[in-house]
Amino acid sequence: MPAEGYLLKEEDLLPLSIGAALLGTGGGGNPYIGMLRARELMRKGAKVRVIPLEALAEDSWVAEVGGIGAPVVGVEKIEEGGECYRAMRAVEETADVKVSAVISAEIGGANSIEPIIAAAMAGLPVVDGDGMGRAFPEVQMTTYMIYGAPVSPAAIADEKGNVVVFKDVIDMFWLERFARDTAVAMGAGAGFATAPMRGDFVRRTAIPGTVSQALEIGRTVLDARAKRQNVVERVVESAGAKLFFTGKIVDIRRELKGGFARGHAIIAGTGDWMGSEGRIAIQNENLVLWIDEKPVIMVPDLIMNLEIDTGEPITTEMLRYGQRVAVIGLPVHDLMKTPRALEIVGPKAFGFPELTFEPLTTRQTTR
Amino acid sequence: MIRIGIDVGGTNTDAVIMNGPDVIAGVKSATTADVMSGVVNALRDVLAASGMEASAVDFVMIGTTHFTNAVVQRRDLAQTAAVRLGLPATASLPPMVDWPEDLKQAIGNHAYLAHGGNEFDGRVISPLDEDELLKIAADIKAKGIDTIAITSVFSPVSTDFEKRAGEIFEKALPGAHITLSSEIGRIGLLERENAAIMNACLRDLSAHVIDAFRKAIAEAGIKGKFFLTQNDGTLMDAAFAEKFPVLTFASGPTNSMRGAAFLSGVSDAIVVDIGGTTSDVGSLQKGFPRQATVAVEVGGVRTNFRMPDVFSIGLGGGSHVVETEGGIKVGPVSVGYRIQTEALIFGGKTLTTTDITVAAGNARLGDPAKASHLPSDLLQRAQEKIHDMLEDCVERSRLSPDPLPVIVVGGGSILVNRPIAGLEVIKPSHFGVANAVGAAIAQVSGEVDRVYALAEMGREKSLEDAKSRAIEAAVAAGAARESIEIVDVEDVPLAYLPGNATRIRVKAVGELNAR
Repeated sequence: MPAEGYLLKEEDLLPLSIGAALLGTGGGGNPYIGMLRARELMRKGAKVRVIPLEALAEDSWVAEVGGIGAPVVGVEKIEEGGECYRAMRAVEETADVKVSAVISAEIGGANSIEPIIAAAMAGLPVVDGDGMGRAFPEVQMTTYMIYGAPVSPAAIADEKGNVVVFKDVIDMFWLERFARDTAVAMGAGAGFATAPMRGDFVRRTAIPGTVSQALEIGRTVLDARAKRQNVVERVVESAGAKLFFTGKIVDIRRELKGGFARGHAIIAGTGDWMGSEGRIAIQNENLVLWIDEKPVIMVPDLIMNLEIDTGEPITTEMLRYGQRVAVIGLPVHDLMKTPRALEIVGPKAFGFPELTFEPLTTRQTTR
Repeated sequence: MIRIGIDVGGTNTDAVIMNGPDVIAGVKSATTADVMSGVVNALRDVLAASGMEASAVDFVMIGTTHFTNAVVQRRDLAQTAAVRLGLPATASLPPMVDWPEDLKQAIGNHAYLAHGGNEFDGRVISPLDEDELLKIAADIKAKGIDTIAITSVFSPVSTDFEKRAGEIFEKALPGAHITLSSEIGRIGLLERENAAIMNACLRDLSAHVIDAFRKAIAEAGIKGKFFLTQNDGTLMDAAFAEKFPVLTFASGPTNSMRGAAFLSGVSDAIVVDIGGTTSDVGSLQKGFPRQATVAVEVGGVRTNFRMPDVFSIGLGGGSHVVETEGGIKVGPVSVGYRIQTEALIFGGKTLTTTDITVAAGNARLGDPAKASHLPSDLLQRAQEKIHDMLEDCVERSRLSPDPLPVIVVGGGSILVNRPIAGLEVIKPSHFGVANAVGAAIAQVSGEVDRVYALAEMGREKSLEDAKSRAIEAAVAAGAARESIEIVDVEDVPLAYLPGNATRIRVKAVGELNAR
């Protein structure tokens, strides 16, 4: 990518949303609504440039924004439009800085697009990177927070004009709690901005290149569909992922614990896995894949369920008995695999004390 | 009870007459450009074939693609005002934002945003502003539009705002056709709104079509009530269908799968419906088609209708059979309805799958001598190929390793003469008109889709509440209460929401009240 980055075009939005849905690893919310919103802005003349991490000046300020709430609300109470923008302006004002770029907290799912919308409204560029390289359910699960980003001031804004600023918050866990409760009070759909981060910090802690990565995956999916090729194979090949299992969902067990939908999807193997049984632990995202009771992929590595014929990513809420799925795995970025990161996003943090994180090693390309 | 089932397809209009569970007669006739004369013909033919008096018929059930085709072909659609209640929420995406431009223009692209709407838990986003709605009504009136679709945020949770807005518009625009989104769709604002708008723009046409059906039935001398089938394989009476034409979308594949289940007496199976050009393969669970989980597009518009999860391939009774360098090729090109003139056995020049079947001695049709020159090696390989194609679709539709039977229906069923994928093949009697049978036996349903706070009500109570609401909805739609069964219960916990919020969807189905 050239140092000055590239302009995002209207036709990039569909592949970006497809790639982002895939990187959502079953969660992150559907980027469809966000894609339409970004498209509307672009049709009205908004221009958004995607810039590489290296383009951030060390002493510049970067805003991190995203939607916060429940995916089901996201498809019904569509945004007024300026939620994230207002939250971003509120943290700028409180911190008394001017941001010069916007970055995503999570590239997986709907929050891949929110920063683009806020950037379009503010006339700022968006950074090619994010804080997860996938989707995670909570505010503290970003590389920024894990590596010591300032926790406050943060702000949350709804569609009605309410903007709540969290002026002083002692740690990221309190921030998650306050933000979550306020989001629910606001109707479980709101825009959220964390404290502005310095350019040098973002360059060090962001997962690089993930906007381009999502775009590339989406383009591969669309190209494979147009050429009637095997979408799963093409995605595996182009993303440097690995096919771990194919089969049919034979059971979904769900339960609700602490506000999170937990469950297991049981998959009866087909093709090369005929006779084997796959099991995926699901929370908001896919967390662990076992094959014949042996854990083979664990959070934070990426576990993605694709509809076998169309390559359509299947979210955890969409999982149904009888679906034919291909399960592919992709190693998460190294920043998410340090002991410090694993404390927050490793198997134990998600309620699997018996599992010790075993990283995947299938990435063929290095960044 | 004497019932006539009619399936109006793109090529054929099929009709059956049934006495209770018995099929008395079934006929196929060509679909006509005006549709109605085809229905009149079908009614006349099926009555003649059965030897029954028109006066003996209690009910007529019609499955039609008329409304789907109107949207797909952008014809006969009314200018429609789309009014959404939810401001300041939803301002970023106006109604019809993702519609194909030509369809949007066909109905005028009249989009209005107003205050109103609810939160997921029923709280109000903003109060309804009656003056604002009156101004919109005045604008609609000035434009000469008399069809309105009203969609309020979270109306599946609270219908109050849509109902109140409906009253306001009705008063301001007497006689206008008004569709409320909560009467049609489920959670998912754009998709529900899309369905409401499509329904509204079909209201003029539906009044015309339902009236034509009514006349065709009267002309045949039938005094019984008539119904239309909807996409879930259940019935709506004529008055309801006139108000909700959009619910007829995709009723065709559903009818043929339901008919297959009925004719074979098997409720869990794979159904293969082989027509002239394509084969539709789907999975039958408890007598109903398994439904697709992804958003379904109709005429380029996203909807969240429950549509049967059907896989289609280009294999039918009229499919071309061609020798190529890479081996034998079957379909997707087909002679379609011209099979009666173009297939070899009918004196034509095109080698079709039907010729292969007849030459191999597996069916008696046309003049077998005209295909007797085909080398046995070719017959062998072509049959292998047809079989492989079917086996592939059946494998895709299988939900479990259980040895479910394969029910083969449709005019092209003669192509199948051995087990598929090692599974038993059932070809029920009247397999050619299974779709019309599916229409004739359609039941009546009621459905709810709501978000419950389990922390308040508890799971059991919430499920009970949803079930009783579904049962009442089925009774209201005409089901006999004692016959009602709950056929589908789905509860999905909603992440991040307090009070263990869970979305519960229940569907109840019963037999048509014979009164």
